[in-house]
Amino acid sequence: MSDESALLQTKGIRDGLLITFGQAAWPDLVAALVAQIENQPSFFEGARLALDVGANALRVAELSALRDQLSERGISLWAVLSESSLTEITAQNLGLATRLAKPRPSEVQQAAADEIPAEAAKWVKGPLRSGGKVTHEGSVVVLGDVNPGAEIVAGGSIIVWGRLRGVVHAGAEGDENVVICALELSPTQLRIANKIAVSPKKQGKNQPEVARLKDGQLVAEPWQA
Amino acid sequence: MTAKVVTVTSGKGGVGKTTSVANIAVALAARGQKVTCIDGDIGLRNLDVVMGLENRIVYDLVDVVEGRCRLRQAMIRDKRLPELYLIPAAQTRDKTAVSPSDMVRLCDELRQEVDWVLIDSPAGIERGFKNSIAAADKVLVMTNPEISAVRDADRVVGLLDAEEKGPASLVINRLNPIMVKRGDMLSVEDVLDLLAIDLIGIVPEDENVLVASNKGQPLALDPKSRAGHAFDNIARRLLGEQVPFMDLDTSGLWQRLLGRK
Repeated sequence: MSDESALLQTKGIRDGLLITFGQAAWPDLVAALVAQIENQPSFFEGARLALDVGANALRVAELSALRDQLSERGISLWAVLSESSLTEITAQNLGLATRLAKPRPSEVQQAAADEIPAEAAKWVKGPLRSGGKVTHEGSVVVLGDVNPGAEIVAGGSIIVWGRLRGVVHAGAEGDENVVICALELSPTQLRIANKIAVSPKKQGKNQPEVARLKDGQLVAEPWQA
Repeated sequence: MTAKVVTVTSGKGGVGKTTSVANIAVALAARGQKVTCIDGDIGLRNLDVVMGLENRIVYDLVDVVEGRCRLRQAMIRDKRLPELYLIPAAQTRDKTAVSPSDMVRLCDELRQEVDWVLIDSPAGIERGFKNSIAAADKVLVMTNPEISAVRDADRVVGLLDAEEKGPASLVINRLNPIMVKRGDMLSVEDVLDLLAIDLIGIVPEDENVLVASNKGQPLALDPKSRAGHAFDNIARRLLGEQVPFMDLDTSGLWQRLLGRK
């Protein structure tokens, strides 16, 4: 039991159980989890399980294998929390939630008005393709294109070093002092806080632009650093 | 022999996956390669019809997987090319009759026997798609120059990356150069601009493709057909040749011909 508890921690939350993995190789973590479940089958039977995998970058095969192992034991995996964007995308592809209903307290950090705190930003390597979704409490930085059909929801600002053509929502938790900027700003739909806009048909040359809320109106202007 | 397993997929239906599999297979076989096609579209099989082999089906993919026959028994030899085979899909079952690991096992067995295994994926991104890509060494993503097909191709490319089956190669099918010129159709550049993956083939719109499919005689062997020529070029690129893309600008030719009159 003692070495298992170093690998994972179990606690009850409103939506069932939350298991947080420690630092170890993925197969060891899975083995520890399975061992713990088999030690206390009646405790885990029928449970709704959320899993915090930390920084582990997981592919579909790994995550779906774990989900299958859990469902064989009568446990339904409904959410996977991770610091790795790859894991989050994988989880979303498998139809799993990637955040609990309430944001985790440690990550509720409001972006300051004029600067974007680096530690709260999430780095995404593009292109973000159709069906890809990135959700983050802080700001999101994408290196590459955001294609139509992709979606970004950020508590803070959204910066795209590439073409932005998907749906983006900055200040999703109500912060109006955020910006959305891209080398080519032509999103399917753009939202800041509770305001929604669609891109006008563009004429002429594309230039880097910044969108922000000014007097309650969504405006886009040239991006001047 | 160790075959290369190539899956043709698209996300969207009706972009020409089945026709392309049949034509690329014919082109490879005509170049002396030993080829087996697998129809991954269990329950909605078509590849047998396009290849003109429907009436020869005795055993199918599900029979092999469930052990009712040996692999060789389900391989139907083509009418014209002795080194081309088809493993048809079952028509009376659905996608869940086969699992991704079944496909991996089947293809591993086939790898010993042939040079190429071409898998025709069903439309969609569910079980049939997952079955079809499970064993793939290379995936060709097919699209038409229209926004909805390109959008679906983009989604599929993302899923292939997540499954570590990338990087995929792109085939743009049914391109109409005259419409592109008028600005009524996405151009090759528009499509590549969004998808940002390698291009392996551009197939021009050609009504003879439909006629040939209905007859069950893929036209990759027809030297007069531009689409057939394009499919042959894809086969040559799969074989590692450097083949320049066809010049699809028809107006140049017409202007030259008319100018000489």
